[in-house]
Amino acid sequence: MESRNTQLAVGLFVIIGILALLFLGLKAANTNVLTNGETYKLFAKFDNIGGLKERSPVKVGGVVVGRVSKISLVGDYYEPLVEMTISKEYNEFSDTTSVSILTSGLLGEQYIGLNPGFIDDTVEMLEDGDYIYDTKSALVLEDLIGQFLFGQGND
Amino acid sequence: MLNRVAALGKATLDSVAGAGAAFFMLMRALVGKPQLRKSWPLLMQQMYSVGVLSLLIIVVSGLFIGMVLGLQGYTILVDFGAEQSLGPMVALSLLRELGPVVTALLFAGRAGSALTAEIGLMKATEQLSSLEMMGVDPLRRVISPRFWAGFYSMPILALVFSAVGIYGGYLVGVRWLGVDDGAFWSVMQSNVEWGQDILNGVIKSLVFAFVVTWIALHKGYQCTPTSVGISRATTSTVVTASLAVLGLDFVLTALMFG
Repeated sequence: MESRNTQLAVGLFVIIGILALLFLGLKAANTNVLTNGETYKLFAKFDNIGGLKERSPVKVGGVVVGRVSKISLVGDYYEPLVEMTISKEYNEFSDTTSVSILTSGLLGEQYIGLNPGFIDDTVEMLEDGDYIYDTKSALVLEDLIGQFLFGQGND
Repeated sequence: MLNRVAALGKATLDSVAGAGAAFFMLMRALVGKPQLRKSWPLLMQQMYSVGVLSLLIIVVSGLFIGMVLGLQGYTILVDFGAEQSLGPMVALSLLRELGPVVTALLFAGRAGSALTAEIGLMKATEQLSSLEMMGVDPLRRVISPRFWAGFYSMPILALVFSAVGIYGGYLVGVRWLGVDDGAFWSVMQSNVEWGQDILNGVIKSLVFAFVVTWIALHKGYQCTPTSVGISRATTSTVVTASLAVLGLDFVLTALMFG
């Protein structure tokens, strides 16, 4: 009988462990909806991606719609190419959509802001694997200071 | 002068021989034909005394460490107006470092010392020799279930520690100090990741479980079978295991997050 109580206690112990793991996994970690939902990919070339990283969020008006899945250099001039994985839920972006690299807050992480373009009969919708050509690069502080000083000198 | 050199040589030889003996003990205890029907009840018994009985100290210390983290983190973060970052601060420090490490230290004190003393006393009262006389391998019968019980229990205890600690941080941060409830969890969720944080924490605690249980069993098995010998072995278990955990933690952290 004692052996049965021991087994019961150990069983409860293991269940408590699994509950703790579930709590940590579901409540504390990001249950990334995008990894199990349907997604599609969009590409964008930038001159400079600043501090953008893989897994940085892609936002429309502050709402996360996807993540940066890959950053690579392409072409003869080594231009940074950013691959974005966007949730299928948001698949109605027109090809006049523009992307820019923004910073959350003064010192925060960098993310990609998508600005949906206008829609009329002449524009087409972006599909899986399409490129967005209207891009604005990240602001680099040194470049800004350099431009400012250069502008001052010309006056 | 020569005596000093000789003493150094003796210390080196002793430590190498000790490491070799510990390795052979573990190998002989673990390698071999598994006998599930015989070893299952023994494992259950040890899981109970090593794991279940450690649950109380783990839950209580986890709760208090989480609460202290919440309190200290808040007083610093509020200066920068960044008290929303309390959630990820508490969760990341618990999952990556404090959960596995403090659990291993408490485990070495609570369960490791008990294992050493138990096996040491078995040796002192000739129980291990009696087992051998009866044709039962004491390594398979006594050491092996205790090792597996420690190996399986510690990750569970570390997970419980982290979960309770995060709840403690939530109690102090949100319920007492008034950090926004939604921001606490959502900022935490956007910063904590399954593979990077939770899985690495579990890997850490598996390594610590291996090392702590191994040290405890080896010290008990090799102790001088006298009352002084057992007390020395028990002290040595706690000291060696704690140092090993802290040293290994640095190496593992450097490998995982460096």
